[in-house]
Amino acid sequence: MGQSESSGKPLGGSAGIISILVPGGLFVWFLQFLPAVAAGETILFRYDWVPALGVSIGMLIDGLSLSFALLITGIGTLVTLYSSSYLGGHVHYSRFVCYLLSFMLGMLGLVLSDNLLALFVFWEVTTIASYLLIGFSADESKSRRNALQALLVTGTGGLAFLAGIILLGAATGTFELSEIEGSLAEHPLYLPIFILVVLGAFTKSAQVPFHFWLPNAMAAPTPVSAYLHSATMVKGGVYLLARLNPSLGGTDLWFWTLTLFGGVTAVFASILAIKQIDIKQVLAYTTLMALGTLVMFIGLGTSDAIKAAMVFLLVHSFYKASLFLMIGVVDHGTGTRDATVLRGLTRAMPFTALAAALAALSMAGIPPLFGFIGKEFFYKASLSAEIGMFWVTACAFLASALMFAAAGIVAWRPFTGRLAETPVTPHEGPWAMLIGPLLLAALGLGLGLFPDYAEVLVRPATAAVYGAAVEVDLYLFKEVNSALILSLVTFALGWLIYMGHGTLRDRLRRSPDRFDPGWDRLMDGVLAGCKWQANLIQTGQLRRYIFVTFLTLAVALVWTIWRAGLVPTMELGDDLRVKHWAVLIAITAGAAIVAFTNSRMTAVAALGVVGVGVALIFITFGAPDVAITQLLVEVLVVVLVAVAMLKLPQMNVEHVKAVRVWDLLLALTIGVSTTVVLLTVMDTPFDLRLTEFFEQASAPVAFGRNIVNVILVDFRALDTFGEIAVVAIAALGAYALLRGTRRPNP
Amino acid sequence: MKSSLIVRAATRLLVGLLLLFSIWMLLRGHNEPGGGFIGGLIGSTGFILYAIAHGCRAAREALRLEPQTIAMVGLGVALAAGAFAAIPGDALFTGQWLFLWPSEGSKGVPLSNILVFDIGVYLVVLGSVLTLVLALEEEV
Repeated sequence: MGQSESSGKPLGGSAGIISILVPGGLFVWFLQFLPAVAAGETILFRYDWVPALGVSIGMLIDGLSLSFALLITGIGTLVTLYSSSYLGGHVHYSRFVCYLLSFMLGMLGLVLSDNLLALFVFWEVTTIASYLLIGFSADESKSRRNALQALLVTGTGGLAFLAGIILLGAATGTFELSEIEGSLAEHPLYLPIFILVVLGAFTKSAQVPFHFWLPNAMAAPTPVSAYLHSATMVKGGVYLLARLNPSLGGTDLWFWTLTLFGGVTAVFASILAIKQIDIKQVLAYTTLMALGTLVMFIGLGTSDAIKAAMVFLLVHSFYKASLFLMIGVVDHGTGTRDATVLRGLTRAMPFTALAAALAALSMAGIPPLFGFIGKEFFYKASLSAEIGMFWVTACAFLASALMFAAAGIVAWRPFTGRLAETPVTPHEGPWAMLIGPLLLAALGLGLGLFPDYAEVLVRPATAAVYGAAVEVDLYLFKEVNSALILSLVTFALGWLIYMGHGTLRDRLRRSPDRFDPGWDRLMDGVLAGCKWQANLIQTGQLRRYIFVTFLTLAVALVWTIWRAGLVPTMELGDDLRVKHWAVLIAITAGAAIVAFTNSRMTAVAALGVVGVGVALIFITFGAPDVAITQLLVEVLVVVLVAVAMLKLPQMNVEHVKAVRVWDLLLALTIGVSTTVVLLTVMDTPFDLRLTEFFEQASAPVAFGRNIVNVILVDFRALDTFGEIAVVAIAALGAYALLRGTRRPNP
Repeated sequence: MKSSLIVRAATRLLVGLLLLFSIWMLLRGHNEPGGGFIGGLIGSTGFILYAIAHGCRAAREALRLEPQTIAMVGLGVALAAGAFAAIPGDALFTGQWLFLWPSEGSKGVPLSNILVFDIGVYLVVLGSVLTLVLALEEEV
């Protein structure tokens, strides 16, 4: 990890101060919308970006997007403040700030976009920014590999998502989220849209079986982990599912896919969390658990379930960001993150211990923390589900119990007991690194004691996801009910797991991880496939390439002629004179010599005859400019080929004879079919409007009598400019190729 | 490789003539067959002839600028000529004309950005062809 002691400059210098002010300012700016949104309003800004494609940048601020926006900017401010100390002295700190801010802006764009295409663009911005962030320590091969893995997994999902968006646009006739109305469940495109969108969301939010990239993203510096895992990127998929719940939700398919995958992810990830030794990895897996739970409850789709999901979204963001930042402080202060080593840090790191305790209590769901409320609403929603009640309750229960144990591993064990030996003598972190975790942990306590404040956000967010207003009344304790009893059982089971987690971990560690090595095997397979097809197609023989190119052309021509039933009338004009026939014979003879000669020089000369013959045709039909150009190009080609020939190896006459038949056949096919096409073109009446316009306008408007040139440099100067640009680029490309392959000169 | 005396002597004359001819072709292009494209091709044959007779190094020295540079300058000239139309507020690449000293029966000496554009085309073609041919000849 690219850590170093903090630099001399406070807050990491100007880059650091900017990085703190931007999210901070945005956070304050977003706060102003809170009263209106809490009152149930939806605010919409719109700016046309690419009007021709129907892409506009619209900002849709409702309960859901505002919750996300406040989390992103609020946690963003604390994370950037934290990183100004954590990474402030790093050589590439400015670069890091740049990545982090682009990531944040991408995420903000994602949750605020009203237009689905704009949303997709921002979605990809977060993918690319997270790639850069995960691979921040680019000198470590593990970092690079994990960054690439995240990019490929989420990028592939992103492509599926794009296809889903396009289908969604086709099905609804609009790309504006605010204009999509009603459910699409009955639409014939529902199934493909559902599959593609869910693929995008599941890869982004790391649901089983796409979960493996997320714990690997831990290669990123700690503030990034906090940011990636708490409020942002990985919740992109959850956001998407929540956002589209009104239009795509409510079907059996939606219900079962989301609850099954979400439930499996939640339980599977919590078990894997216990297996980890690195406490940062423990947290990474508990994030997966949170994502799975959110997906499961969105899938459940009842108003209680959506409410529980929205509460949990806030709960999780606070405690998870706090814990990740806390781990950074511990790592910084002790030099290790090994759960088996760290003990008794409370005395040395009192503030860190306080933050860890508060956050972990919230994570374990113990009253009076906000996490308790989250868990109560979970249980309430799952117990009241009409279908799938047992499945959802079982998953939520198991995951919560394991979460209780994980909270103990992360925040109880390292701080209690007798102080253990660590690589660095434990010391407290600087204030800039403590504010974030303390504040976030305190929020968990504050909102637990006064849940009314959370209602301001949860109510409109639930309404936005559910599609209709929902009564939201958050409370710490109301009565003894089944949910509360289930909570108590959870604590008991969680405690047992915590007590036995050492043995459990050792047993779990004996079973190997299959998904991550599986990924490597998949990549190896893809590379082998690429190699195989490259060897098959890219032979490196120019002859072969030209043959295949012309073969494609021939097939296209013949197919077109056959499909369109083109039959030229074969009416030759009666103005064919001796000179025309002479030219024709010269061309044919030249072509025949090229085909049958065994000498390259003869072939080139004969080819020149063909070219000159074509130039003669241009002259006889009154196109001197074209004829001159043709002649000059012929001269140049002869020079070029003659020069190149000096370097070519001796011609293999036997080989030429063997393939000649096929070349001849191909050449004849192309010649004949081109002739047929041209003759058919001649049969159709010419539209002379353009010709007449140029003839009339050339002299009076453009002051030139040579129409060809006037068109080139005046009427269609833009086209010509494009062409000369192509000429220049082609020359540069060829130059680079010639020079690049040059042997080192003596 | 030393080329024959006849070729070298003839080249001395021909190169000058070809270059002059190419500029003449460029200038007459608006009314008679010719233009920047053809002019550029003729000009490059002049230099290629010189390279065949006296070697590529001599041809490069005669050019003074790298052929790639000439091509890029030409592209810039053409773009500038097109962009010039924006000054009077027309769309890009609109022809702008100025006739100097008009008199009875004659419009006067025509000046236009069109000619500048054609000069740009000339330079691009000359530079690109020479880039290719000289690099190829030196390779062999």
